[in-house]
Formats: sequence, structure tokens, C-alpha cells
Amino acid sequence: MKSFFLIMMLVLAPLAVTAGEAQPMVEDPVLEKRVMALSAELRCLVCQNQSLADSHAELAADLRREVRDLMKEGKSDAEVVDYLVARYGDFVRYRPPVKSTTALLWFGPLILAVTGAVALFVSLARRRKRIADAALTDEQRKRAAALLNGGVNEEAGETKA
Amino acid sequence: MLRLRFLVPLVGFLALAGIFLVALNQPEGKREALPSPLINKAAPDFRLTQLHDPNQQIGPADLRGKVWLLNVWASWCVSCRQEHPVLMELSRTGAVPIYGLNYKDKREDGVNWLAQFGNPYVTSAFDNDGRVGIDFGVYGVPETFVIDRQGVIRYKHIGPVTAEALQGKILPMVKELEKS
Repeated sequence: MKSFFLIMMLVLAPLAVTAGEAQPMVEDPVLEKRVMALSAELRCLVCQNQSLADSHAELAADLRREVRDLMKEGKSDAEVVDYLVARYGDFVRYRPPVKSTTALLWFGPLILAVTGAVALFVSLARRRKRIADAALTDEQRKRAAALLNGGVNEEAGETKA
Repeated sequence: MLRLRFLVPLVGFLALAGIFLVALNQPEGKREALPSPLINKAAPDFRLTQLHDPNQQIGPADLRGKVWLLNVWASWCVSCRQEHPVLMELSRTGAVPIYGLNYKDKREDGVNWLAQFGNPYVTSAFDNDGRVGIDFGVYGVPETFVIDRQGVIRYKHIGPVTAEALQGKILPMVKELEKS
């Protein structure tokens, strides 16, 4: 019984020290969820391969604070994104808008795929035509028939016994 | 003619290699710089206390009618120390007034930093929580903005100001803007 209590104490002890990672003070979990969801769509400017939601950079924390404040003011997600784009450019968005400067980004892969497909079809069609055009002469036909008919033919020459 | 077709992949490869070579050899500042959407837009308005005097305020409205530089700096910023001699020299020549934006710093630290290394700024605005920095799209300190007589941002330099950037780009631009 004594050891049971000891084990329970050891198991439960860590629960008493839940300081751990610095959690931001969350008063409104619904708002916080919205902040994090939108932050995941936004790029951290300092560590450019992380989203605002993932980043521990100080600027990212500041921008999350800004996003939170704007949402508290009743701004929609689109308005918050516009606010950041006005300051940092489209680069903050992980899904850049379709416009003239991003056209290559959006349609480049499609253009490459179509070009590749067209090239493939053209070259296959050409090859098929080359095969069809390569008619055999009578001599070649005879030789082919001889080869197919068992192969022990004087013309085949090197067949093994 | 048919034979030349076999050169297509080679030409493609060389073209790509060329692009990569040029991109990799870009000067560091240029390579990392993001184009700012604020160029040719009115500088975001702000009213902040001055670093050296919490009772006095400063903002772009006070600087209407002159061409000026806004230099974003902080005592914790290592690259700021690197550009600092360049700014000191610039302030000695008096070619263009430099205003500082002391970004996310402690007032005391900022004041001490300037006391230790010299103060090239006419004055510095004290942006303790970094909100004005965000309005200016600041993401890496130091950053330097060239602002014209009408209060429009004309140029943004990201990273430490070098003597080359100053002579090659910033000062010619200031001269041009002062003519208009």
C-alpha cells in the first residue's frame, strides 16, 4: 500500500508543475482558434519557411497579436489579410492571389504540363508514322518468313544445332 | 537541322545554370530583400514620443516639406552597429537629415547605445511595442526609408546601409527628390 502511494505520488507530481512552455494568455478560445487558423495561412517574414502560427520569432508573435487585435475589433479574415498585405506585400500569403505578377507561378506548371503532353503526342505520332512507312521489300519479307519458319535455313546461317 | 535537336536539353540546362549563377551572385542585401508594397505610398502616419524625451512627440507630419531618411534601429540589433559608422559619417556631411525609429527597445538601452557609439539622428522616435514598425512593414532591422517632401516613401533599403548603397542609390535619390 505504501509503495502504491509512492508510485501515485511520482506519477502525479509532474501534473503539479505545468508551467512548461510559455502559453499566451487565452481569454477567448474561439478567437484564439481563429487567430491560429489564419496565422497558418500567413508567412513569418523572419523565418520565411514557417507560418506565423508555427514561428517563435518575435515579429511573428507581434503579428499574431496584431491579427488578434484586428479580429477583436470585428474585422473579417479577408480584412486582416489585406492589412498585412498592405504592409508586407503578397509574400505574407501562402496562397498568393492570381494576378499579372503571379501568373507564371499559377499557370507555369500547367503550361509546362501541356507543352510536355503535346511534345509527347507529336513525337509518338511521328514514330508511328515512321514505323508504318517502313514497308518491307520482297526480299526482306522472304527472309523474315524463313526465320519464323524454324530457323534451320541456309540463309539464317549461324543457327545452332 | 535534325541533329541540332539533341542540343535542346543542353541549351536548357545552360540557361538554368546561368539564371542560378546570376541569382546566387546577387549582393546579399538584394537577394534577401522583399519588394515593399509601401514604395510610392504615403509613409504611415504615427505620433510617438522621442527617445530622449518622453514628453516630446515626433511624427512624419512634422517633417513635411523636407526629404529625410527614416532609419529603423535598436540597441539589440547587431547589424545596426555595422551600419552605424556610415550613418555617423552621413550626419557629419549633413547631406540629408536622419530620423531614427528605435524599434522594440528599452528606452534606457537605446539612450545608452547612442551615448556609447554616437548619435547620427536628429531625433529618434520610440516605438516600444513595434506597432509603427509593423505599419512600415519592418521585418528585419536595420531598415532605411527615403521619404520625400510630400511624405511619400520613395525607397527602402533593407539591412545595414553600406557606403556603396549610400553613394550609389540613396544619396542620388535624395538629390533628385530635393530638386522637385
